[in-house]
Amino acid sequence: MVQLTLPKNSKIRTGKTWPRPEGQNVRKFQIYRWNPDDGENPRVDTYFVDMDSCGPMVLDALIKIKNEIDPTLTFRRSCREGICGSCAMNIDGANTLACILGMDEIVDDVKIYPLPHMPVIKDLIPDLTHFYAQHASIMPWLETKTNRPAKEWRQSVDDREKLDGLYECVMCACCSTSCPSYWWNGDRYLGPAALLHAYRWIIDSRDEATGERLNELEDPFKLYRCHTIMNCAKTCPKGLNPAKAIAEIKKLMVERVV
Amino acid sequence: MADVNRGKRPLSPHLQIYRPQITSILSILHRVTGVGLTLGMVLVVWWFVAAALSPGYFALVDGLLTSWFGVLVLATSVWALWYHALNGVRHLFWDAGWGFDLAVVTKSGIAVLGGSCALTLITLLLV
Repeated sequence: MVQLTLPKNSKIRTGKTWPRPEGQNVRKFQIYRWNPDDGENPRVDTYFVDMDSCGPMVLDALIKIKNEIDPTLTFRRSCREGICGSCAMNIDGANTLACILGMDEIVDDVKIYPLPHMPVIKDLIPDLTHFYAQHASIMPWLETKTNRPAKEWRQSVDDREKLDGLYECVMCACCSTSCPSYWWNGDRYLGPAALLHAYRWIIDSRDEATGERLNELEDPFKLYRCHTIMNCAKTCPKGLNPAKAIAEIKKLMVERVV
Repeated sequence: MADVNRGKRPLSPHLQIYRPQITSILSILHRVTGVGLTLGMVLVVWWFVAAALSPGYFALVDGLLTSWFGVLVLATSVWALWYHALNGVRHLFWDAGWGFDLAVVTKSGIAVLGGSCALTLITLLLV
């Protein structure tokens, strides 16, 4: 359901302001904090980072804050090169990966929140359990009925090309959590990420469960809560287009009845 | 599906912090104009019904709808009609699988916005 305001326990307070270091090139960070152990509401803490002694990316600044200013700041990160999807968060008002967003791409103070409209585990870490369960529900694997070939399942170059723009998805959840439809109906609407993956298996020439996959999605909520808002494609840090993939599924739904 | 709110986890902020995107703004405008047009239609029907009932009642409703406020509401409805129609065409293209490239989405969105304003002006000048 549409709920425009935050629940009572989620309203954000003003938090602590940490000391400002000396230096010409100091930037201000406003970062969402929530500690599950203190029983208080979330707050926004203010940090100052000397960019002359910091790496170029937003993730570099977060790591510097954690290492040198406040070790309690909690966030996910791993590969620092945009391939693991761990450091997905809302930076400067849009979802992206902290590791591939340069500090020079942000004009003003740097505002960092967890991915929107998600239950928060701690600070910048959202609970992705439901998001992953939705991904699992679309059967993200090759389903076959014919006998296993002696070697691998073969695929023509042309058929392989159909997977371009789909297989690159790293499941960072930026798209789904940018989607207002997913905000309001995320319990039943699968969201752009899971649907992009659904399409990736639907059009895989080797997959033999296309009909079953479409049956599974033939539902007023799972698929058709997509209203082509396009925030997903706008925010995808990998430059993919989930909205286009969803439209292709909708087309296949029509094609098989006419 | 999975129970995601074990304990009393807060909900992360959404509308409060997401920078307005041309994509979602135009999308919600489509919804708003759609609802608005339904209300506008009720006004126009009210006008017709009043005309069918009595001269006195028609004079009252006609006076309301041709007052500056009535004209403002109806002029906004004209814009809403054009916006909803043009954006509807945009949706038809999307339903056919065309125009999903992000650059095209932005251009078609601006075109619909500009086009609806221009067509509204032309309509108002002609009426």
